[in-house]
Amino acid sequence: MSFDATNSSKSFKSVGTRPLRPDGVDKVTGRARYGADFNMPGQLVARVLRSKHAHAKIKSIDTSRAETVKGVKAVVTAADLPDLTDGDPALFAVLDNCMARNKAMYDGHAIAAVAAIDEKAAKAALKLIAVDYEILPHVTDVDAATLPDAPVLNEAIFTQGVEPKSTRPSNIANRTEFGHGDVDVGFSHADSVVERSYKTEQTHQGYIEPHACVANCNPDGTAELWVCTQGHFVYRQVCADLLGIEVSKLRVTSSEIGGGFGGKTHVWTEPVALALSRKANRPVKLVMSRDEVFRASGPTSATSIDVKIGANKDGIITAATATLRYTSGPYADMWAELGAMTSFACYDLENVKTVGLEVIVNRPKVAAYRAPSAPMAAFAVESAIDELAQKIGMNPVDFRIQNVASEGTQSSYGPIYGPIGIGPTLEAAKAHPHMSAPLGKNQGRGMACGFWFNFGGQTCTDLNISADGTVTIAVGTVDVGGSRASLSLIAAEELGLSYDNIKAVVADTSTLGYNDMTDGSRGTFSTSMATISAARNAIEIMRHRAALMWDIPLGDVYWEDGHAHAAGTKHGNLAPLSVKDIAAEAGKTGGPIAGHSELVADGAGVSFATHICDIDVDPETGSSRVVRYTVIQDAGKAVHPSYVEGQYQGGAAQGIGWALNEEYIYGEDGRLQNPGFLDYRIPVCSDLPMIDTQILEIPNPKHPYGVRGVGETSIVPPLAAIANAVSNAVGVRMTHIPVSPPRILAALTDAKD
Amino acid sequence: MRYERPDTMQAATALLAGAEAKSFVLAGGTDLLVRMQNDDFEADLIVDIKAISGMAKVTETDDGFVIGAGVPSVALFEDTALVAAWPGVVEAANLIGSTQIQGRCTIVGNLCNASPAADSVPALVAAGAVAQVAGPSGTRDVAVIDIPTGPGKTSLAKGEIIQAILLPKPNARTGDAYLRFIPRTEMDIAVVGVAVNLTLNEDGTVIAARVALGAVGPKVILVDTAAKAVIGSKLEDVVLQALSESCSAACTPINDKRGTVAFRTQVAGVLARRAAQTAYTRAGGK
Ligand SMILES: Cc1cc2nc3c(=O)[nH]c(=O)nc-3n(C[C@H](O)[C@H](O)[C@H](O)COP(=O)(O)OP(=O)(O)OC[C@H]3O[C@@H](n4cnc5c(N)ncnc54)[C@H](O)[C@@H]3O)c2cc1C
Repeated sequence: MSFDATNSSKSFKSVGTRPLRPDGVDKVTGRARYGADFNMPGQLVARVLRSKHAHAKIKSIDTSRAETVKGVKAVVTAADLPDLTDGDPALFAVLDNCMARNKAMYDGHAIAAVAAIDEKAAKAALKLIAVDYEILPHVTDVDAATLPDAPVLNEAIFTQGVEPKSTRPSNIANRTEFGHGDVDVGFSHADSVVERSYKTEQTHQGYIEPHACVANCNPDGTAELWVCTQGHFVYRQVCADLLGIEVSKLRVTSSEIGGGFGGKTHVWTEPVALALSRKANRPVKLVMSRDEVFRASGPTSATSIDVKIGANKDGIITAATATLRYTSGPYADMWAELGAMTSFACYDLENVKTVGLEVIVNRPKVAAYRAPSAPMAAFAVESAIDELAQKIGMNPVDFRIQNVASEGTQSSYGPIYGPIGIGPTLEAAKAHPHMSAPLGKNQGRGMACGFWFNFGGQTCTDLNISADGTVTIAVGTVDVGGSRASLSLIAAEELGLSYDNIKAVVADTSTLGYNDMTDGSRGTFSTSMATISAARNAIEIMRHRAALMWDIPLGDVYWEDGHAHAAGTKHGNLAPLSVKDIAAEAGKTGGPIAGHSELVADGAGVSFATHICDIDVDPETGSSRVVRYTVIQDAGKAVHPSYVEGQYQGGAAQGIGWALNEEYIYGEDGRLQNPGFLDYRIPVCSDLPMIDTQILEIPNPKHPYGVRGVGETSIVPPLAAIANAVSNAVGVRMTHIPVSPPRILAALTDAKD
Repeated sequence: MRYERPDTMQAATALLAGAEAKSFVLAGGTDLLVRMQNDDFEADLIVDIKAISGMAKVTETDDGFVIGAGVPSVALFEDTALVAAWPGVVEAANLIGSTQIQGRCTIVGNLCNASPAADSVPALVAAGAVAQVAGPSGTRDVAVIDIPTGPGKTSLAKGEIIQAILLPKPNARTGDAYLRFIPRTEMDIAVVGVAVNLTLNEDGTVIAARVALGAVGPKVILVDTAAKAVIGSKLEDVVLQALSESCSAACTPINDKRGTVAFRTQVAGVLARRAAQTAYTRAGGK
């Protein structure tokens, strides 16, 4: 049955309220079960041996001595994960990243793994694995990797997307291009042009919970995996493919999640844990250390971006171009492509062209990180936009409003926009008291806009009505930010029940149909759609049951305010039947009452935000403090406003960390210097002011309640907002993220000389 | 690995002196326990000194203060006489980590861990502190500056334990201060640390000074040229400039993940000036 997801404006009873999330108390009291909290009888402990070389050929691996260590039950190498990827390069990259096959491609690349009865035996065995390496030249820097003298990291990679076809192997795996119009003509009409190069360093999602799982392969060919993930159905598919297990025979249960932000949309050690369990014939627990999380689980790209924007003296942008180089780690991917698509998405441009170049380097395989690739592109573009506004003497908000995209605009990446929120967020920013608040000495204000696509995807939800009239919803999208609360509000709204009557659970892969993972800000958008659909299906059944209970024709029963009503007057004065009334009789009217929904949630609706930031810079030390920060973002409809605000604040906090201090630092030897929270500096509480939020609600026409995803866009503007604020505070344009104290001080010193 | 918790210093030093392979003293454990998580950490013996009597006490004597090796940072802050006498030392000890860390960590552990970036060490050196070292054959007093010899290395011999830090009674009109640079607001390691200890005469002229730098060389640096620059002055602008320059000149830092040579050198000068101004005010100047 197809579901009509068109937005129908209505007033809400539950949606828009702020009840406590059902998982909150457990999380703050330590009862919640995270990835490492699951245990099985007879379980072994696994540890992974990782390369200390940035680039090396693996000539041989001798595990014989490790196998003799008392307590060791299995040792695996790439030989235990035979290549079943059948020519699928993306899947092969996952396999090779889980366990290096011929070459170690980065510091931290897995080489072998051990399962033993305890940690001590596992560690002792790791030390006895003898690996014969042939060290190869390495390259970790995004620009250095593209130079003619750079070592070619993979002889089989020839730049795709170029004409004529490239004939020499290259570290540039792919070139993509987007845009429309004629930029040369556009620049010829410009009165002012800003042209600059920017760089951003590689950052990690920085989730507090490390990757953790328990894997159990049974002799009958079935297997189970308990794991911290953003998408247990996707993990099931990938693990089954890599291990040659039939998909339905692998049951994956997701734990509570202590942060993912995209980093838990990819498998890292799970196939290795399964391979160890298969070999040892025992359950195996594998928990990554923080050092491993940094060295070997996916960070985002390091980038180098050239931007050129021209405007006429009326403040109209006449042309804009960007060339974006994004590292993807050792394997080809599409991170630069996403950057190239998002760069100019906020603006209505006649002539625009962006080029994305995917760069291979000796760093870990890049993973999604909240609106992946968009923050860096926004940093470069929004910095240039600010500078151009200054050059032509326009206020930066007005300049953006002058050029903003709106309904009907052809976006820089192709599609024509429907109703969108970028204009309203800019107008709200202009009117916000923050914009006109006075600044102190050594303070600067910056602003920036951001865009993210959002995604919908495959979704399956069950809604079961219990005999007492309370309701369970079983969903397949992992709750990463309060979605169980939001979805309960949605079910309560549809059924006319109270929030307390609804219990939402995340079902495992054997008890529900396939669901895409929680990425692309899709959790609440898509699963609320499926929940509404499931609730409406259950209501339809309850109408039938009411008709049976009353013994009147179905056509005379309608549903309103959580009750079945008998239409008209011909059936006498029948009192409406509540969900509870109908549920109590279910056993006599046809059995349990449930609503199901399977759908592809289309029309996620693009998302926009504008951020404003005030920063205080000590010109003698380069030390900076964010003193005020405001996020203005379109939510479509805020189902649970507190958790929408939480997403706005969380994204801003991560973006501020990225902008100011976070970075992967590699030594000359190609090894990561700071694989820990001491020297990989995410903001601590006292580093941040309370982040103000303003929710705009421009309904998404393709969602019944108007909902848009809100999880990612909030990390897009901060890099640029901070860089603009610092540049304004110190009077020097900052072009390299993070704008850490040494970079600020060096820029100030250079400017003086 | 063996864990021992002796109740006398003799027993503790004897255990360490008799240990066959790697052994460690355990004070607050905020460095040691973290190190023990490393895959390549190995130890045969851990000797916890916190059960030895007197370790957890700060004692005020005629000559000064005796700070036991087990005293956590937070207890220094609660000792009003010590705070009044050596505010710079106490503020340095209370920059270490966070509230939780300060409930455990000790200044002796900070010193013996021998990190070039240890926060309390420049302040102790500027204050002229002395370490009371117990060994199998008795005790000896060693100037704090002579304890660390390089990153992770100390001059302590096998079997030796620092049992207390001795701080003198400050002369009249003395003030000290410690400032460090970290990119964040807390939970960070000093990129540069500067301690200044000044004594003034009645008219506010500096008559004695000690200036110590942390995190800008393999170990804490006592900068005599900086002291000379301020003695005889009232910290006039030119003097502060000279102080700043002498501190920058004394730096021998490296480029690393925490900061560049240029940054550390420049900021050492800036912090020296600021710390000197605070010390001067605390000494009753202006
Ligand atoms: C989260 C965190 C934040 C931190 N922040 C800072 C910071 O901001 N600034 C800073 O300087 N440090 C910081 N540290 C490091 C650490 O807290 C300090 O160095 C602390 O002072 C160590 O004291 P402790 O008593 O815990 O030492 P322990 O860990 O007990 O010992 C440290 C070392 O000294 C040796 N040792 C201890 N006592 C004696 C003794 N009496 N005689 C001989 N040897 C001895 C031990 O064997 C060991 O090698 C931080 C640590 C953590 C975990």
